[in-house]
Amino acid sequence: MVYNTTIDQVGCKERVDRIFSRSIKKESKIWALNTVLSMIDLTTLEGRDSSGKVKQLCYKAAHLHDKHPGLPKVAAICVYPSMVAIAKKSLERTNIKTASVATGFPSGMTNLNSKIEEVKFVVEEGAEEVDMVISRGHFLSGELNYVSDEIAKVKTACGRAKLKVILETGELCTLDNVRKASELAMHSGADFIKTSTGKISESATPVVVLTMLEAIRDYFNNTGKKIGMKPAGGIGKSKLAIQYLVMVRETLGNDWLTPDLFRFGASSLANDVLMQIVKQDQGNYQSSNYFSLD
Amino acid sequence: MTKKLHIKKTYKLYIDGKFCRTESGRYMQWISPKNNQTINFCRASRKDFRNAVQVSRSAFNKWNSFSGYNRGQILYRIAEMLDSRKEQFISELILQGKSKKLSKEEVEMSIDRLVYYAGWSDKYQQIFSRVNPVSTPYYNFSYPEPTGVVSIISPKDSHLLGFISVIAPAIVGGNTVVVLAPEDNPLCAISFSEVLHSSDVPSGVINILSGLSNELIDHFSSHMDVNAIINCGVDSKDAELIVKNSSLNVKRVFDYRSINWTNPDSQDPYLIMDCQEIKTTWHPIGY
Amino acid sequence: MAKNSKVKKSDSIDWDYSVALESTDHISISQEYKLFIGGKFVKPLSKKYFNSINPSNEKILSKIASAGKADVNKAVLAAKSAYDTIWSKMDNAERGKYLYRIARLIQEKSRELAVIESLDGGKPIRESRDIDIPLAAAHFFYYAGWADKLDYAFPGSKVSSIGVAGQIIPWNFPLLMAAWKIAPALATGNTVVLKPAESTPLTALKLAEIIQESDLPPGVVNIITGDGATGELLVNNPNVDKIAFTGSTEVGKMIIKSIANSKKKYSLELGGKAANIICEDASIDQAVEGIINSIFFNQGHVCCAGSRLYVQESVSSQIISKLKNRMDHLILGDPLDKNTDIGAINSNEQLKKINMYLDIGKKEGGDFYQSNHTIPKKGYWCAPTLFTDTSQSHRIVQEEIFGPVLAIQTFRTIDEVIDKANNTPYGLSGGIWTDKGSKIFQVSKKMRAGVIWANTFNKFDPASPFGGYKESGIHREGGLEGLAPYVNFDNRTL
Repeated sequence: MVYNTTIDQVGCKERVDRIFSRSIKKESKIWALNTVLSMIDLTTLEGRDSSGKVKQLCYKAAHLHDKHPGLPKVAAICVYPSMVAIAKKSLERTNIKTASVATGFPSGMTNLNSKIEEVKFVVEEGAEEVDMVISRGHFLSGELNYVSDEIAKVKTACGRAKLKVILETGELCTLDNVRKASELAMHSGADFIKTSTGKISESATPVVVLTMLEAIRDYFNNTGKKIGMKPAGGIGKSKLAIQYLVMVRETLGNDWLTPDLFRFGASSLANDVLMQIVKQDQGNYQSSNYFSLD
Repeated sequence: MTKKLHIKKTYKLYIDGKFCRTESGRYMQWISPKNNQTINFCRASRKDFRNAVQVSRSAFNKWNSFSGYNRGQILYRIAEMLDSRKEQFISELILQGKSKKLSKEEVEMSIDRLVYYAGWSDKYQQIFSRVNPVSTPYYNFSYPEPTGVVSIISPKDSHLLGFISVIAPAIVGGNTVVVLAPEDNPLCAISFSEVLHSSDVPSGVINILSGLSNELIDHFSSHMDVNAIINCGVDSKDAELIVKNSSLNVKRVFDYRSINWTNPDSQDPYLIMDCQEIKTTWHPIGY
Repeated sequence: MAKNSKVKKSDSIDWDYSVALESTDHISISQEYKLFIGGKFVKPLSKKYFNSINPSNEKILSKIASAGKADVNKAVLAAKSAYDTIWSKMDNAERGKYLYRIARLIQEKSRELAVIESLDGGKPIRESRDIDIPLAAAHFFYYAGWADKLDYAFPGSKVSSIGVAGQIIPWNFPLLMAAWKIAPALATGNTVVLKPAESTPLTALKLAEIIQESDLPPGVVNIITGDGATGELLVNNPNVDKIAFTGSTEVGKMIIKSIANSKKKYSLELGGKAANIICEDASIDQAVEGIINSIFFNQGHVCCAGSRLYVQESVSSQIISKLKNRMDHLILGDPLDKNTDIGAINSNEQLKKINMYLDIGKKEGGDFYQSNHTIPKKGYWCAPTLFTDTSQSHRIVQEEIFGPVLAIQTFRTIDEVIDKANNTPYGLSGGIWTDKGSKIFQVSKKMRAGVIWANTFNKFDPASPFGGYKESGIHREGGLEGLAPYVNFDNRTL
């Protein structure tokens, strides 16, 4: 497999700026806000997570803002492996999926066997989606076959669960690397490619997201396969989320504007979107006091 | 009618875009030759200087990445703010013992000097860069880049104009500065921090300390993370110490003591170039 | 103010952006504009007026004075008097301060200027708001700084001002072109008589109001509206010392002829037919966006537009298919809609010319592709258009169309394409897309054009000189070089 696509960073930023200058108002804004909600993977990945915390998060996921009827549900809950069973039980009467991180999240610095065992564990516990991390050290030292094999083995261990591959783009530094990692992940079996773990200071950035979407588009043109994309981390405001939807639409087309192919890895985004939805409806700016924390 | 009591201003240090007192808690008292009014200025310590250099260093990466156009806009804004506070500075110069006429002239020249340097921000690079006609098939270009953190000892006898005239070329060229205000008459220098604070200057780009030069010269000139030092105000014995200390990290040393800041020739793009390094890059030309 | 916000359930997703109109309730356009001479708005001695219309809906925006011979003379004499009595005697630094004021005022009024620019000329509000107006202010800022620094601009030479500059500008970037002309002229100590384009006078007239507000001494800048005849009168007026013209090569040549027996200096910025070269080792997606920037934004009304695309054959089908896909996502429509990418064609005259070339192109046999847009009923519109498989001999490859029409050719080797790129009487600009640095420098060296964009296109900055080789013009605007056309060198006889 030869990876030789180069990305000009300045040119990429220019395209991003054009996309971000779109002004999304009125009906198109309302549609976008609701769509964003339906694409959120509500996430809790903290060392201090407990069954109580996860249950509360799951309740919030299913009851975002009951005062405002007709709202969509989020797409999924994303938790650590030890919390999967609890999440699964809490979500049993909903369509919300249970996603779990695995493979030594977030660093991935452990042996292959334990990574595979971890994946099998979370799938048994009921996770419908697995978010894995690639081995960045191996990637950056040029051992692309190693990275690719690892992804393929994890995909096998997933069974029927969907595999999201986290590239940890903040550690990859250049857009050329982001492009290379995206192509590699898709060729190796990813169902989704995802930007970040959210555990280092640099997470999803607009130029990274655009680069990954373009990689998905070219992969689709070459193979006919539609791969999903998930930006994670740093997306707390509705405006940014809507701008990403514009980016998806203008790069991949309307077909990708569905939770089956696009997700937001976020925690505080949901409440900001809710405030915007209520503002569109009532006409005045909202306060966070009126929206439940999870 | 009770006469209203004047709320006296506290003259603090300006470090990292914030007004703070010296960590040493010490003061130096200044008495106005005009009306014997007293003001207690902070007597900055070596730790204040150390902190100022730290923030100056972090601010440098940011300031350096601003386009020349942006830096020019900010300098022009400083001129706007100084112009809007003209009367305040005239009265402070008068308090320092200057005549009303000369004070007004000095403030007006100071404003013009800021506008002058604002205009160089996106032009000095054109004058001082080159494409060099090397004899091998390489594209070879030389370009000025700011030297880094510059420590400045203010002019003794030009408390606003001289002070501004040495800061402006350093920062317009992308450097960040730590300035020791004129020891005997620090009012305008310290008040100038209020102008900076309302001028969109990013925190840490300009840091102003009031203090005693005999306590601070050694640190100003020996700090290993300061790239250049400009001496406008200390005498020969201390000037020699400055050069000796600069040898520790090959600090660039500039002696501006003989410059007459009221002379129009004292505004000069070569003062910008004093705090610049020249970088030359080669690249092959060919298919 | 409650609105329904039920979630729409649809099987196929069809997310279109709602119209997002820029508001116009804060701007003011007078019903009538007179001539700006000697610091005041005065009635035209010609007693003639013409209408300025909005090309997106053909509605009349305002009635504009048309300067006749006596008016032109009055303006030139006002400029001469201001030069002799005030401007040439003023302290350099003070002159600079006026330019700073004008720059600031443009910034303060930027939204109003942007809206009027879009109404008058047809360009999308996003372009006028984000590019035209900020660049116009930046030009004034840049040249303000030069006013008292001219001793440093020309090594070994002191310079002085020339006198009265007669300046004629086009309709594609109206306010920006006014800034490109006025700022360096004033900074170097000259006074100005400016004639804006007939179809886009409004922002120049708003600039006249700004100039009044800045307290610029009366007569230093005069703005006289009118058509081509007014321009001709200005060029031929005996008290004009220097002519600066931006427009078609055809008119540029006429100007050179008509001032041949005078001592007038002249600088010209004329037409172009730029070659944009994409090598197989380019960053492809960014190159595609570069193509869009080079020919479709501003409706292709750009003298330096990359109207000839040369794509290395090994990547041509990939690029053309990505290009078509990108074109399909462009939004054509109301210039005041913030989401519009492609605005109105500036005038009916220009639209006719473009359509004529589209017919020629089809007859010449190039493959024709136009992206699909709903064309509004009123106004002048042209959808982004490609002609693929063209050749150097096609008329649409040789002649300047000045519209959103791109002619595409393939090439095999870099030598071949450089020759083709240079094979034109024009020489304004060119583009080269490649990941290889040495290739950039080699191509830049060999391409006979005044501005070479490598891995980008249509980038402008007041610090960067702009102008053409060959029939694309003489002299440069912007940067240090932009000062030269407006000064006399004291130690040189010419």
